[in-house]
Amino acid sequence: MSSSQIMDKDTVRRAVMRIAHEILEKNKGTKDLCIIGIRTRGVFLAERINECIKQIEGSLLPTGILDITLYRDDLTMISAQPIVHETKIDFEITDKKIILVDDVLFTGRTIRAALDALVDFGRPAGIQLAVLIDRGHRELPIRADFVGKNIPTSLNQNVKVILSESDQKEDQVIVLEGKHV
Amino acid sequence: MIWTKHDLIDTKDLSKEEIELILETAKSFKEVSTRDVKKVPALRGKTIVTLFCEPSTRTRASFELAAKRLSADTLSLSPSTSSLSKGESVLDMARNIEALNVDAIIVRHQTAGTPDLLAKHLNSSVINAGDGCRGHPTQALLDMFTIKERLGKVEGLKVGIVGDILHSRVARSNIYALTKLGAKVTVCGPATLMPIGIESLGVNVTYQLSDVIKESDVIMLLRLQLERQKDKFLPSIKEYAIKFGINRAKLKGAKKEVVIMHPGPVNRGVELSADVADGEYSVILDQVTNGVAVRMAVLYLLLGTKEK
Repeated sequence: MSSSQIMDKDTVRRAVMRIAHEILEKNKGTKDLCIIGIRTRGVFLAERINECIKQIEGSLLPTGILDITLYRDDLTMISAQPIVHETKIDFEITDKKIILVDDVLFTGRTIRAALDALVDFGRPAGIQLAVLIDRGHRELPIRADFVGKNIPTSLNQNVKVILSESDQKEDQVIVLEGKHV
Repeated sequence: MIWTKHDLIDTKDLSKEEIELILETAKSFKEVSTRDVKKVPALRGKTIVTLFCEPSTRTRASFELAAKRLSADTLSLSPSTSSLSKGESVLDMARNIEALNVDAIIVRHQTAGTPDLLAKHLNSSVINAGDGCRGHPTQALLDMFTIKERLGKVEGLKVGIVGDILHSRVARSNIYALTKLGAKVTVCGPATLMPIGIESLGVNVTYQLSDVIKESDVIMLLRLQLERQKDKFLPSIKEYAIKFGINRAKLKGAKKEVVIMHPGPVNRGVELSADVADGEYSVILDQVTNGVAVRMAVLYLLLGTKEK
C-alpha cells in the first residue's frame, strides 16, 4: 500500500499555532472561550492549541474531553459495540463559546454526534469547529471555522494523523491509498 | 477485546477480560448520571422488559434507570399484576413478551436456572437479575466496580464474605467474579448456613468472624435470607447478631482502610450496626450509585451483539 506524507512535525506545529491565532482574532481574545477535544486525537490537538493560546495571551482556557461513541448514528448497525471512553467536561458550558477540536473532518458525522452530545451539557453561546485536516466528502451540512490544511482526497484514500502523544511517533499527516487501514 | 455474549446469566460464564471490559465501560457511563441531562441516545428505539417474580427495589429501579438513561423504552411486569397469577408458565409468558418485539428481558425468579431456560428459547437478550440461590451477576459486577473505585484494584485483595452463604446468590456470583479477578476469598458464617463443598469454588472457610475482620481488605456482609429459611438454621437472630454481626467495637481489630459492603437491604442491628452501616468504612450507597453505571454498561454491550 502506498502512502505519502502531507505534513511533517514542523508544518503541524505551525498549523496549530496559526489556528490558535485565528481563534483569538475571531473571538477578540479569550473571554468566555473554552476548548473541547473529541477523543482521541482531538484531545491532544486541543491541548496543543491551548498551549499556544497560553503563549499568546498568558492564560489557559478551560478544557474538556468529549467521547462521541454513544451519539454515533451507526451504533445499531455495527456488529460489536465500540468501547466507550469517559467524557470529561468539568465546567459549565452554558453561555460559553466552545472551540470544538478534531483531527480530520470527513463526512461530518462525528461532528454531528459531538454537537448532540454538547447540547446535553447545556446551551453554549456558540460552537466553533477547529480541525487539523479537512479532507472533503461531507455527508452533512457541516463546515469547519478553523482548518490547519485542506487536502483534496478521493474516497479510496485514508488520511492518518499521527501525533506524538497518541502514537509514540513524530508528528505527521499521511495519505494512504486504500479505504481500510 | 470484542464483546460477543448475547445473554448475561452468571459471572461464572464471564472471562476475566469480559469482566474488565464491563468495568471499564461502566467507568465511562458513571459520568452520564452526573449530567444535567442524564441521558444518552445509545439504545434509542430498543425495548427492555423487567420481569420480576420476587420483590426488589434496588435492582429493579437500577435496571430501569440504566435502560432509561440509555434512551431505551422500558416495561415492567410483576407476577401479581400479570397472567402469571392465572397460572401461565414463565416461559410461555416470556415468549409472549418476546412476540411484542422486545430486545431484552431482565428476569428475577425464585427458581435457579430460569434465566438459562429463557435464554435457550428466546432470541431477545436475557439478563439474570437474581435466580433463587444461584446467581446475581450484576450485583457482583457492581461490587467489583466499587472495590476497584475505592481500592484501585481487585487483584491480590483479601475479601471476606460473611453471613448466610447457603442461600446467597450474591455470594456465589461474587466468589466467581472475585476469584477470576485474582482476589483471595474467605467465606464465614454459621456452620448451618455454610454450603457443603464450597471450598471447591476456590475459597477458604472459617467460622470465626474475628479471623475475617483481622485479615480482610474488604468485608461483604450478606442479609439473612429469612424468606428462604423454611427450616430452623439458627437458634436465634440475636445469637447470630452477636456472633456474626459487625459493630464498631469488633472493627477495632480490622485493617485501617477496610471497606464494608452490603448488597442491601440491610437488617440493621443484625448484620451491621447502624454506626458501621452509616460510618466511614461503609460503601453501601456507593454500591447503589455504581449499580446504575454497571447495568448501563451491561445493557450497552449485550444489546450491541446481533445474533445469538
